[in-house]
Amino acid sequence: MSVSRRRVRAIFRKELREYRRNGSIVSAMAIIPLIFVIQPLIDVFALPASAASALRHEDSLLYMLGIPAVVPAVVAAYSVVGERQQGTLEPLLTTPVRREEFLLGKALASLVPSLAISYAVYAFVLACVELFAHPAVASALLRGPELLAQLLFTPLLAGWSIWVGIAISTRSSDVRVAQQLGMLASLPSVAVTSLIGPALGSASPGAR
Amino acid sequence: MTSEKVAAPDGKRAAPALSVHSLSKRFGDRVAFEDVSFEIGYGEVFGFLGPNGAGKTTTVRALGTLIAPTSGSATVAGIPLTPENGVEVRRRISIMPESPGLYLRLSVTENLECFADLYEAPDPDDRIDRALRAVSLADRAHDACGTLSKGLRQRVALARALLSDPEVLFLDEPTSGLDPVAARGVHELIAALGRSGVTIFLTTHRLEEAERLCDRVAILNRTLRTIGRPDELREQLFAKTLTVRTLVPLPDPGRVFGGLPTVDGWHQDGPAGYVLAVSESAAAAPAVTRALVAAGADVLSISESHHSLEDVYLELIDEDEEAGRR
Repeated sequence: MSVSRRRVRAIFRKELREYRRNGSIVSAMAIIPLIFVIQPLIDVFALPASAASALRHEDSLLYMLGIPAVVPAVVAAYSVVGERQQGTLEPLLTTPVRREEFLLGKALASLVPSLAISYAVYAFVLACVELFAHPAVASALLRGPELLAQLLFTPLLAGWSIWVGIAISTRSSDVRVAQQLGMLASLPSVAVTSLIGPALGSASPGAR
Repeated sequence: MTSEKVAAPDGKRAAPALSVHSLSKRFGDRVAFEDVSFEIGYGEVFGFLGPNGAGKTTTVRALGTLIAPTSGSATVAGIPLTPENGVEVRRRISIMPESPGLYLRLSVTENLECFADLYEAPDPDDRIDRALRAVSLADRAHDACGTLSKGLRQRVALARALLSDPEVLFLDEPTSGLDPVAARGVHELIAALGRSGVTIFLTTHRLEEAERLCDRVAILNRTLRTIGRPDELREQLFAKTLTVRTLVPLPDPGRVFGGLPTVDGWHQDGPAGYVLAVSESAAAAPAVTRALVAAGADVLSISESHHSLEDVYLELIDEDEEAGRR
């Protein structure tokens, strides 16, 4: 069995076009990261230089890994049940598209914007911390291993959330139920992100 | 709507385009359709009729590889209907479902681009252009589907079904919701596609549409009740009759009609009306006229009774309902 890249691309491109025209999907994608960053950023800007030594022993920015865990879950949970609800699933399935190609196209269409949003938010937060936080606080927060962990774990967490979200979506008959279940299913991934910090600490002996 | 040839099949072939043998589908205890068998040739326009819940759409879904039949076998466009042949079958067919199922936020062209790519159509822009011209929608190509009327959406769905140059085209209620002019356009397109060698499997509730367009029709009511050309079905189900109306009742109609060799039987229909069972209307009508004139009757009319496909359909479905009540 071979996967047709053209058919995967057709689904992917169609999905991105729909995202662009669907304000509710875009706002759902944008609101979650905003919730994740606004309050913590305000707190960070208010921190005095004396807080830097304490921050050096915490992995404060890793909480942002919640973004790739939650954002794609909502979109992926909509992907199949949304087609079913709109009545567009049947025409799609009457074409030669294979189930794998269809789901791969859907998954990529959830992954790419989620990664783009996650990395854009990281970049925005890092820039804000660098520009507006106290220099001592900024240097305590912006550490190489933590940034690397964010870079690497983001696609893994997003991929896992998408896989779970699509699995829920294929079995659901109602969009709202699917999205709520998708959000619920992403919570364990958010919990996993809290383990990454300590794991990072134990992996680098000089850090603590 | 133009009747431009969109599909380019290989023309009429010896093997049937669709061959169905004892196909059945059950959902648990519920029978969707049972023991359905028929064959359809290339280029044939085949009407598939039946009441709501008769199993028409489920049959189309089974033949379109969307659901697996419970038992029986079929070949679609020459390919055996098996799960492993699903992609190959779907490459050669198109299904236009009753509900257009368009992406309403996307433009007409964007909808068609997606499907042209799913069919891996060579030169997709040209295919899209031809399909849009075939359904007279070229001027709406860049409109969002959500802004189109129901009829126009139906035409977009039809254009989508033409993109793959299908050998077998399944149309589920293609004129549902269309105004008469738009429906006529679709009829012309279906007829043109049939002439160009595309096999059309038309599911419809509009019996006059089936009668006008279809080479043969089948009536399904869970089981296949009948199959044949519309005129054949009429002959099978209804005896040929002549209806005679006179100004005043005939004093002795038995003497007038009883002695005619072309009249098999008769009964009175109203005070001055008579229905005559005949084997050949063309031979019987002049003989009946002469006999009436000889009897001094004032003849108002002699007409051949016409039974429509609707009469055939209702007769069969009524029979089923009566059998169900017994």
